[in-house]
Parts: sequence; C-alpha cells; structure tokens
Amino acid sequence: MSSVGNGDTPLVEVKNVKKYFPIRKGLLQREVGAVHAVDDVTFAVREGETLGLVGESGCGKSTLGRTIVRLHEPTSGKVIFEGRDITKLGTRALRPLRREMQMIFQDPYASLNPRKRVGSIIGTPLKIHGVEKSKRRARVQELLETVGLSPEHYNRFPHEFSGGQRQRIGVARALALNPKLVVADEPVSALDVSIQSQMLNLLDDLQKELKLTYIFIAHDLGVVRHVSDRIAVMYLGKLVELSPAEDLYKRPIMPYTEALLSAVPIPDPDLSDQRERIVLEGDVPSPINPPSGCRFHPRCRYMTDICKEVEPPLVDFGRGHLAACHHPLNVDRETLERAKVSKRHSPDAADESAKPRDSSGRSDPVPGR
Amino acid sequence: MPERLIEVKDLEVKFHTEDGVVNAVDGVSFELQRGQVLGIVGESGSGKSVTAMTLLGLTRDRNTSFGGEVLYKGRDVLEMDEDELQGVRGNEMSMIFQDPMTSLNPVYSIGMQICEAIRVHERADKNQARRRAIDLLKQVGIPNAESRIDNYPHEFSGGMRQRAMIAMALACNPDVLIADEPTTALDVTIQAQIIELIDRLKDEFNSAVILITHDLGVVADVADEIIVMYAGRVVERASTRPLFYDPQHPYTWGLLGSIPRLDRPKQDRLHSIKGTPPSLIRAPKGCKFRPRCPHAFDKCMEEPRLENRVEEPGHLDRCWLSVEEKRELRVPTLAGTEEAA
Repeated sequence: MSSVGNGDTPLVEVKNVKKYFPIRKGLLQREVGAVHAVDDVTFAVREGETLGLVGESGCGKSTLGRTIVRLHEPTSGKVIFEGRDITKLGTRALRPLRREMQMIFQDPYASLNPRKRVGSIIGTPLKIHGVEKSKRRARVQELLETVGLSPEHYNRFPHEFSGGQRQRIGVARALALNPKLVVADEPVSALDVSIQSQMLNLLDDLQKELKLTYIFIAHDLGVVRHVSDRIAVMYLGKLVELSPAEDLYKRPIMPYTEALLSAVPIPDPDLSDQRERIVLEGDVPSPINPPSGCRFHPRCRYMTDICKEVEPPLVDFGRGHLAACHHPLNVDRETLERAKVSKRHSPDAADESAKPRDSSGRSDPVPGR
Repeated sequence: MPERLIEVKDLEVKFHTEDGVVNAVDGVSFELQRGQVLGIVGESGSGKSVTAMTLLGLTRDRNTSFGGEVLYKGRDVLEMDEDELQGVRGNEMSMIFQDPMTSLNPVYSIGMQICEAIRVHERADKNQARRRAIDLLKQVGIPNAESRIDNYPHEFSGGMRQRAMIAMALACNPDVLIADEPTTALDVTIQAQIIELIDRLKDEFNSAVILITHDLGVVADVADEIIVMYAGRVVERASTRPLFYDPQHPYTWGLLGSIPRLDRPKQDRLHSIKGTPPSLIRAPKGCKFRPRCPHAFDKCMEEPRLENRVEEPGHLDRCWLSVEEKRELRVPTLAGTEEAA
C-alpha cells in the first residue's frame, strides 16, 4: 500500500505515551505495582499510510492501539490527532472524534453481538451519531456491498456467517462513519490463510478507495508486510524498531526483529530446512518487573554485559530506520558512526560497545532473497 | 519394516441435522506408520477435525452415522464399545486441541490434570503420578517444573498452556498423537517452538503424529506425508516434497499461493481463493471445488476419482486437468502473481 495521501502531515502523533495498569492488593486496595504495558512510545502516522505494529502477545501493541483511539487513558504522554491533543478530552468532547477513529477487532466471533441482526450491528454507529433512520438502511446496504457482502444479508444474524464474512461485517461497522483512522487489531489472525489474503486485499482496496489511514496490529511479520508502508516492532512495552516496511525485511537491525522474521513459516520444505531458525527461548517476561537494561536481553543471542545494565536508546540508522539495540545487525560502520553522533543524549557506555558487526558474515534469517 | 498403526479406509461421517444430512467426511483413506508425521490440511469446514475426532470415537452420537473402517492396530475403532474406546483414548491415541485455554479445566491445577490422565490408565499412586507429571513437564520445556506443577492454567501463558496440554497428551506414552491446529491460537515465535517440540517428542516417545492445520507453511518442515482436504474429501495426497514442488490440485495451489511469502519480493496483491467453502449439506455437483476453481471446465461436472496421475507413485489427486496443463496453469498461482479474485 503505497498510496500515501497528501504529503507528510501526521494524522496521529504518539508522544512518550505510557500506559501502566496498577496492581492493587489487600483490604485498602493499595497499589503494589504496575503492569508496564506501554512504556514511553513515540511515533507518528502520516495521513494515508499504514503503520504495522508488530510483537508477541503481551508486548503492549493492543494496549497502544486502544490508547490511540482513547479506549484507554494514557498514564502519561500525549496522543495528538490532526494537530489536537486528545489525551485530556472528556467523554463529550471526544464524541465527535469517535467518528474519525474506528477499530476492527481480532475475534469475529466475540466482537459481534449474536442477538442483533447485521443491519443493526452496522447501523448502530450511524444511530449514535444521529443519522436519520430512513437513510440508515441505504447506507448499511451500501457498506455491505463495499466489503464484499450482499445487501440481502441485512436481516441475518452473525451466526449465519463464516469467520471471514463476520470479519467483513466488523470492517463495515468500522467504516460506517467514514473514519480517517482505522486501528485494526489482529484483523486476520483468527482466519484461515486462504481467507486471510482475501481480507488483506479488501483492506488494501478500501484504503485506496476511502483514503484511510491504518494502524495494523499483528503478531506475524508475514501478514503485515502486504499492507504496511512502515512497521513498528514492539517488545515488552517498548518500541524497539521502526522502519520503512521493505527495509525491515531486507535488513532487520534489532535481533528481536531478526528472530520474528525467522519464525514466519516458509511453505517450501527445502528453503525451510536451509534457513537458520532462531527459536527464541521461553516466553515474553512479565511486564510487571521488566528486565533491566535492554528488555530483550534474557532471550537475545548477541547479549553482552552492557545489555543487562544500559537501556539502548532508539537511534536513527538513516532512511527513517530506527532501532534500539547495543549490537545492531546489518549496519555498516559508516552508518553506525553517523548514528552515534546524532544520539548525544544517550549514555556514553552505549556507544563504547556498540561496535559494528560484520553483516556479511551472518546468515540471512530468510534465505533465497 | 515400519509398523502400521492406523489404517483408515473410505471413512464417511454423516451428521443428521434438522436441515439435512451433513456429509462432513466423505470417503477418506490414509495410513499412518510409527515414526511418521501426517499433515492434514484444509480450510475450516473441510472435515479435517471431524476425521481426527472420529479416530478417537469423539464424534459418536445418535445423530451421527459412519461408513468405512478406522483400523487401529487392526481393530476397528468404529466397532469398539465405550469401554474399549476408553482404553484407547489418552492411552494409545491422544489429542492436543487448538485452544489450550478452553481445553484445560480452570479449577484444577495443571499437575492434577496430568496426574488424572496417568491414574486413569495406569496403576500409579499419587506420588508416582506426581513424579511422572513433573518429568513430563520438564520434557516439554516448562521451567521450574517442580513448582509450576501446582499452578493453575490461568497462571500459564498461552505457549506454556499448550506445552502442558502436550505433556498431558503424552502422559501415557501414546502411540498416536493427534494435534488439531495446535499453534493457531499462538504467536508465530511460539508456534515455531511448539512444532519443533512435537517433532522432537515424536522421536523420544517413538510414536506417530497427525498434525492438522489450515496453513501449509506449518507442516512444511515436519510432515512426511500430507493430505489436502476439501469439503469432506481428500483432493490431494502426497509425500511432503512432491506436494510442495509438484502440487496437482488447483485447491492446493490456492492454499500455497495465499501464504504471504517472506522469501520472495513483495507482491502488489496477494493471491486468494475466491468465495468460501461450500455447504456440506448441499455440496456442489461434480468436483466439489468447481465453483471456486478458476480452471474449471465442462468435465468438472462429473467428479474425478482420487488417483495417481503423475510419475511419482503414491501421489494422488482429484482433478480432470492433464498433468501438462496443470504444470502450466499453476505457475502464476504458485508465484502469487496471478490477479487475485
């Protein structure tokens, strides 16, 4: 999807957003700790672009998505939508903005009310935002056609549809109010591969047609590649890499991204055999007490002492490719020098050990390119 | 000489419902040898799960009728009474389900659930069972198994729950392990771990595995043989390499073509199979895939038989196109360059 709209104006800016969920215990419900779901994340999404947000379960990608559309209140930091800080807006002031920001949910079975007919499910946002009853039906039928269903489906119930068709209903509902931003939270993970590609193509078409901006959340780098202009990789609440899409696949900088790439199955027994699988040990650690230093260090195969102590800052490695790592991969010496100069605020120690690694000597996570 | 564990012959499973008869499984045959991994691949509603559940007698119901044979070590599972089946289930054949959260009991600790499986089938006192359970948890890679055994399912992550499920399935050293979409609910990183684990344990426990999935990418590494199912029928059956490198059925091409490929340059559009799987009550006449097949022609109104049409022996498919036509027609689909529907 390269249909970048009108230039570089950011539609959404996320500035140092943190979202901690307090853990309360005891009779007085005292706060004894917090889940660091999203920890100091900053990025911007341009109008008409698709930002892929990738990471394992528990990395905070869904929380971040929900915080952007203000389904969660950020603990600190700002969410700026069309130049306006929406972090502090109350429910009433937020309502007109709800038209502009919509969500598509992961589970097409759980996100549609089984007792409502399709017409009423898709029509509800129209009703809430005061569209006349007479116009609603026509609009819903139009939406059904847009997402590839038939207008006759108006009076059916969700259980009469397959998973893929249900997800289309979810998309129609999200589009009902002509939003500018759509946050799609794992919209295809519950679907069969053959249906996944239909869905991805549909989202692609809709973006071109309706000039939508997407934040596309997924755990699978294979899926986001097709829809994303840029990709953000999150790990334990932190943004660890942000890059133009193709660049991320050609030269991942953060070892975590490398591992994510190598986990995507390749439907080719020989290639699959040849390539080096980086199997990450264990699960994502608890976000209640995240590891010190680089949060990925307990699972990282390039880990050294510095990774345990110093948290690597997010550094620009050129051409809009940012990453937070002490031992960046696939980076030549020159770029690394430039990157070092530009990150003045970072601890000196980080520079010291961030020696370039010979990228040619390392095997590519995905062979055959 | 490998030992033949399972032989399924012309299996039919019909569900009699108010709306009509659902032909969920329609003439499926395969064999499973010890040490082998068999992949069953297809979309939702293709009958792959029903096939697997029938192997364990889990689809028995007064509204279900069966045809054909399911021989486990020569004994027909379809003919067994409930007691006999109970001795097979969990003990000789066991199953791992898709969603580890709903298939574990939330009010019992992990340890209790594994011990239960052991004590139902074997003479073991509580302590012995517990020791076995701890060993099993270690084998499936749960850290601090001694203390984690007393945890409840909600204290485990998704990947760990699936490991616990596998430990439970292996508790009685089964000969056949059936994994029904074991990784669909998991992250890709965890998926790789679980598939590797299943493959390793198969050797350690000297058993055979049936791996059911909708994603051909998942079985590419581990399967020895693959069955592709569509609308209750086997449309293609082959060893893994021929299936990936010389696929014969347009449905298999579609499945292969719709996987986003990281090893290839990005395509503008993904290939997809148009439409949705047919109703199994009123399946289309002739070839079941005909309404969705871009290459269908007159002859497809008659259903082709599942037979060997290529040089490779044992590579069966159900398609009227000639082998030459297929090898030509499939190129754009497999490359993913074909304009998607």
